[in-house]
Amino acid sequence: MHVEPFTDRNVSEHSAYYYVDIEDYPVTGWDKFKQVVKRSLKGELFVGLWVVMREMIKFDIHTVKYPLEKLPIGPRYRAVHKLLRLWESGFERCIGCGLCEKICISDCIRMDTRIDENSRKEVTEYSINLGRCIFCGYCAEVCPELAIVHGERYENASEQRAHFVIKDDMLTPIDLLTSGQQKEYPGFGAITPHEDERVTKTPLAY
Amino acid sequence: MDVAFIVETVVKIVVILLVFSALAGFGTYFERKVLAFMQRRLGPMHVGPYGLLQVAADGIKLFTKEDIIPQNVVKPIFKLAPVITAATAFMAAAAIPFWPEFTVFGYTVHPIVSDINIGILYVMAVMAIGLYGPLLGGMASANKFSLISAARSAAVFISYEVITGLALLAPLMMVGSLSLIDINNYQVGGISNWIAFSQPVAFILFWIAAFAETGRTPFHLVANDHEIIDGFGTEYSGMRWGLFFIGEYANMFFISFVMAIIFLGGYGDGSIAGAFGLLMKVAFFFFFFLWTRAAWPDIRPDQLMWLCWKVLMPIAVLNVVITGIVILIKTQGGM
Repeated sequence: MHVEPFTDRNVSEHSAYYYVDIEDYPVTGWDKFKQVVKRSLKGELFVGLWVVMREMIKFDIHTVKYPLEKLPIGPRYRAVHKLLRLWESGFERCIGCGLCEKICISDCIRMDTRIDENSRKEVTEYSINLGRCIFCGYCAEVCPELAIVHGERYENASEQRAHFVIKDDMLTPIDLLTSGQQKEYPGFGAITPHEDERVTKTPLAY
Repeated sequence: MDVAFIVETVVKIVVILLVFSALAGFGTYFERKVLAFMQRRLGPMHVGPYGLLQVAADGIKLFTKEDIIPQNVVKPIFKLAPVITAATAFMAAAAIPFWPEFTVFGYTVHPIVSDINIGILYVMAVMAIGLYGPLLGGMASANKFSLISAARSAAVFISYEVITGLALLAPLMMVGSLSLIDINNYQVGGISNWIAFSQPVAFILFWIAAFAETGRTPFHLVANDHEIIDGFGTEYSGMRWGLFFIGEYANMFFISFVMAIIFLGGYGDGSIAGAFGLLMKVAFFFFFFLWTRAAWPDIRPDQLMWLCWKVLMPIAVLNVVITGIVILIKTQGGM
């Protein structure tokens, strides 16, 4: 069904909402007795019995045995952050611009940079305080280099949550990059597929 | 009284105790599995293959848990109450024939502890005493919710005793005996001789009352599920709570046996097929207890009382009166 009829919350012929037809409560004893007889003989009880029996026979079990089986998570799921590397050179993508630190609404990103011997800005320290992070995804969205992204590690029970979000832990190890195991992030803040086709000319004069 | 009789009786008692204690344990396993399958879940899966050893794990847990006696309870009564529930449930089994008699190495075994001539009266009476478990347990617990539950279970049990009694009266008038073996033998002829067909109203009434007597789901007011506590068992822990549980499940099995014997022909002519037929009937009744728990909601206490006194009891009395008139006409016509 289309979403439109549900946006109008008022009960009318245009909306999908309607009043449920509920009978008045019986007042007299005779009415109560009639209700009981009707409900007893109408077979509603057997409808309930049949429904559960049908489900048992179909044996369509929905249980996921969680630590052994896991459901796939959506590409836009925002779990613990990752720092990615450039594909060809293996350098860190992060250019130390500090936008993520600035935009972070819970003020939990902390970074330090310096100019290294190649006159390139190098990120010496990068950490996220998971006690404050609300996983809003602004850092991933604002990052111009797709360097900080949200990964798929949602199991972050640990003695120290800080273990997940020190720079060395978030950054793709270089051996994983060379073996091609770094995944490009399709989700939050990433360029959507077929973006080139959607680019239109900006009119120069209004 | 010779030694062989005493030994045989003691052996039978021990066998019944062991078998039905174990069955009560496996009853919980079946219940959890059946409910899970009906709700598209898997149920216990981790202890043993398909969770079969869950019963053992639960048993170890119950036996090794600390036996907590809260501060303000009436200690002797608090300690005694779970024993009453479990003991009366098993005592009721003394007059139930679980199997037709069979011969092993030339020795005829009667799989009934004592074939007393008032069998069904004894079974119903001892099951009625089981009321004192929840009642005393709840009253001694020094907990208001336990007290409410105790009062409620007392009301339910006593009210539905009336229904079981009146519903049983009509078949007993036809059979003319209170012994469960006599009732079984009355229906030997085959399916058409089952009392369920000549007394369908009594059968349905007894079945409904059995749910109240065992405190099972449409009438599961004994434990206050809607208050998210365990009713009279709230203050109990460890094996004392476990005894309440064993009593409840043993009661379910025994009432299933009683229903199968009185209304569905029991073990019939005593052949092997008849004996397994009895077990199948009991299994069906037990499964039905679990089935309704998955399908039906609980009803309110006042609805339960209303159903008992204003609907079921008049029907039961009418059934007795009509049965009496029919029997009278038949015997007069026969004379």
